[in-house]
Parts: sequence; structure tokens; C-alpha cells
Amino acid sequence: MDFWIMIEKMLEGFEKTCAIFFLTLLFSLPLGMIITLLSKSKLKIVSGITRFVISVLRGTPLMLQLIAVTYGPYYLFHISVSREKLIPVVIAFSINYAAYFAEIYRSGIESMPVGQYEAAAVLGYSKPKTFMKIILPQVIRRILPSATNEIVTLVKDTSLAFTVSYQEMFTIGKQIANSQTSFVPFVVAGIFYYVFNALVSFIMRRVEKSMSYYKM
Amino acid sequence: MNILNMSNIQKSFGDNNVLKDISIKVDKGEVVSVIGPSGSGKSTLLRCATLLETIDGGSFSYMGEEVCSVKNGKVVYDKNLNKFRHYFGLVFQNFNLFPHWSVLKNVIDAPISVQHRDKNEVKAEAVELLKKMGLEDKVKAYPGELSGGQQQRLSIVRALAMKPEILFFDEPTSALDPELTGEVLKVIKQLAEENMTMVIVTHEMEFARAVSDRVIFMDGGIIVEEGAPNEVFANTKNERTKQFLQNYSKNEY
Ligand SMILES: Nc1ncnc2c1ncn2[C@@H]1O[C@H](COP(=O)(O)OP(=O)(O)OP(=O)(O)O)[C@@H](O)[C@H]1O
Ligand SMILES: [Mg+2]
Repeated sequence: MDFWIMIEKMLEGFEKTCAIFFLTLLFSLPLGMIITLLSKSKLKIVSGITRFVISVLRGTPLMLQLIAVTYGPYYLFHISVSREKLIPVVIAFSINYAAYFAEIYRSGIESMPVGQYEAAAVLGYSKPKTFMKIILPQVIRRILPSATNEIVTLVKDTSLAFTVSYQEMFTIGKQIANSQTSFVPFVVAGIFYYVFNALVSFIMRRVEKSMSYYKM
Repeated sequence: MNILNMSNIQKSFGDNNVLKDISIKVDKGEVVSVIGPSGSGKSTLLRCATLLETIDGGSFSYMGEEVCSVKNGKVVYDKNLNKFRHYFGLVFQNFNLFPHWSVLKNVIDAPISVQHRDKNEVKAEAVELLKKMGLEDKVKAYPGELSGGQQQRLSIVRALAMKPEILFFDEPTSALDPELTGEVLKVIKQLAEENMTMVIVTHEMEFARAVSDRVIFMDGGIIVEEGAPNEVFANTKNERTKQFLQNYSKNEY
């Protein structure tokens, strides 16, 4: 196969890789916050169940969760597996990453000094206002480094979608490598991931910098 | 009229009976100092008065309106607690400024977003207050860029911007280097001269003596002695007060 045709095919796959990446971030970042708030609920049942779900999501392989979300409906309810696998893939990734982001948010929230809540209470801020205006902005700053780690991992983890044969870049690279008995597609895939991650790290560093205008 | 009236306040943490039966009245324009050994419940008293802790017994009111009382072992709050929060301000030992906001925003945000006052008016007042406290050139700075003394003066401005009827201070200079305490005490003294109603928990005995109309000596969760500064500091008949003040001057070398 011509080198450029291979690149073209892999670029098509790269679009899908990007789709997984951005959609997962879009859903998992807010979902993680909801999970955090549920896990801190005063209702013991709610927080207990939420913590259990988090531990399952973090304690089992993402690969397994991908297979469960993609093929589970077929085995359980005989719903045929749709050919468009983007939806189950994004659902599995979003839920899994939400669990990780939830833990990051939780540790960030718990690192906030209690004096911030007390000063806000005395000034008459309501609980939601205290959280949105005073706690959350500082939490975001505090968790940015660990969130960056998680996002960099996500770039690499998108390749796990090959387990359900979703046609993202790694899956396509693997197919070409098999049919051509060539190692080149893997090298190309590696370069793509590396460049993508370099870009992600660069952007995150800029964001971190833009938020470090004050001393904590 | 009493700005604050606390009667028979009790507060325990588990088995630890911290406030046993505390009654305090504060008149408009009065400056009351609260002194006492560590663990005697001074902070707890302020935290109860500022609704950061719930009381286990007694009742208290601001401006003659009851905020909270304990009836048959149950705490009953007024339905409109936020109204009461506008009556008081609290200056913390370690400032508790909002580090992600500029000096100006620290001062104006609550009056605007909590009290819904006019933005321009609040801003003008804030600038005026900052100037009065010697912070006019720090308006755009962040709390982390200020010295401890400046941070504490800022937190006083933040509290004043809410136009409270009464201001509580919990050891406002204890977190400061000795050379910075003076500038904060000076500001509090200035407020006293302007007839701001204040309750000040402090270990600065000289300051308490100079600035207050009344001194309260607390020990073991009760008010041991209460009176004019000269009575308490110079002519106390109470053995516990004497002992505390003696120990205190021993420590001040
Ligand atoms: N949140 C809490 N939980 C349990 N115990 C508490 C709590 N807050 C205070 N206490 C206890 O209450 C007692 C009085 O504490 P408080 O902070 O009111 O004393 P204080 O007079 O302000 O002392 P200091 O001069 O050291 O500031 C102490 O024994 C303290 O351990
Ligand atoms: Mg104290």
C-alpha cells in the first residue's frame, strides 16, 4: 500500500480518535462533578452507592467496561449491536473517566481550608453561591495538574476502542499492519499520539499559567 | 437598645462542656473585650454568635429580634437568618480572605451579590474604606501579595463593607508578627473612636485596657468577672482573674 494512502486512512481514524477524546471530556468533566457531589451527599444510601460505583469503575479494566457497554445490551436484552459504535464507546469512556475526575474533584474540594466556607457563611453567601464563586474556582486551580495527567492518559486510552473494533486510528493502524505485515502503521500511530499529547500538554500548561495569577 | 443580647448560652462538643452559662449584652457603640486562658471558650462564643456553631442552650438576639433559642432541647432559628447575618461581621484570626479575588473584589462582592446593593455605590464606599485603612494602592493586588497586617486590615474592610451593626474580632493579631500587630490595633482603635460596636477576643492586654469600655474575663466556660478595664486589670478582687493576669504578665517578657 502506498504510504500516503495509509496516512490518509489513518487520518480518517484520527478523526474518530478525536471524536472519542473530545466527547469523553465534554461528558465526563461535568458528570464527574455530579458524581463528586453525590458521593458527598448527606444521605448515606446515596453517598454509599456512589462510592461503590466509583470503586467498581476504577477497579475494573476500561477494556472490560467498553465490552460491557457495547455488547451488554445484546447479551442481556437481545438488542442488536448497532454498527455505529461511537455511542457505546463514548458512554463507556465518559462513565469511566467521570469516576476518575470525581476522585480528583473530591480531593480538590477536601483540600480547601474550612475558613473559606466560614468566611463565606458569615458574609451571607448561600451554599450554592459559596460553591460556585468561592470554592470551585480555587478547586479548579488546585486540581489542574492531576486533571492534566488524566487527560493525557485519555489520549492514549482512546486506542482501547480497538477491543470493540471501533474504527479509530489505532484499530485502523492495526488492520493495515496485519494486512501488509508491516510495522510502519504502528510507528505512525505512535507519532500521532505523541504529537497530540504534546499539544494537549502545551494547552494545559497555558491554562495552568493563566490561572496562577494568585498565590494559594 | 442592646445590639446583641445573649442569655444563658450553653454549648458542648460531646462531653466537653465548653460554654456553661454565658450571658452577654452589648450596647450600641460599646467596645467589649473578652480575655481568658486558652480553651476557655472565647472562640466558641463568637462562633455561636455568628451562627457558625449551633447552641445547645439559651437564646440570643440582635437588635431586639430573637435569632435563635433552645426550647425543650431543640434549637429554633428565625426563618430569615440572612437578615441577621447582615447585622454582624466577623474578623478571623487567620483572615480567611478569598485568594482568587483582587483586594477590591474581596470587599465589594458580598455587598453586591449578597446584599444586592448598587454596584457603583458599593465600589465608591469600598475605595473610601480601603483608603482609610491605608490600602488605596493595593486595590488591584491579590491577598497573597499583601503582608499579614495588610491582609488583616483588608479583612476588616471586607467586614465593614457589609455595614454591620456589630463587629466581632477573634484574636485579630495573633497570627501576625509582633511588628505588624500595631498597625492592626491602630485601625481597631480608630473604629472604637468612631463608635463602632465591637466585641474583641484578644490576648493583647494593654490594648484591651486602652480600647474597651468593658472587659469580660472567661474561664472554664463561664464569665468569671466583668467590668470596666480599670477595675478588672488594676483592682480585681477575683483570685482567678488575678492569677490569670499575673501569669500573663509573666509570659510577656
Ligand atoms: N469543632 C470543635 N469540636 C470539638 N471540640 C471543639 C471544637 N471547637 C472547639 N472545641 C473545644 O472547645 C474548647 C474551647 O475552645 P475555644 O476555641 O472556644 O477556646 P478559646 O478560648 O478560643 O481558646 P484560644 O485562646 O486557644 O483560642 C476547647 O477545649 C476545644 O478543644
Ligand atoms: Mg480562640
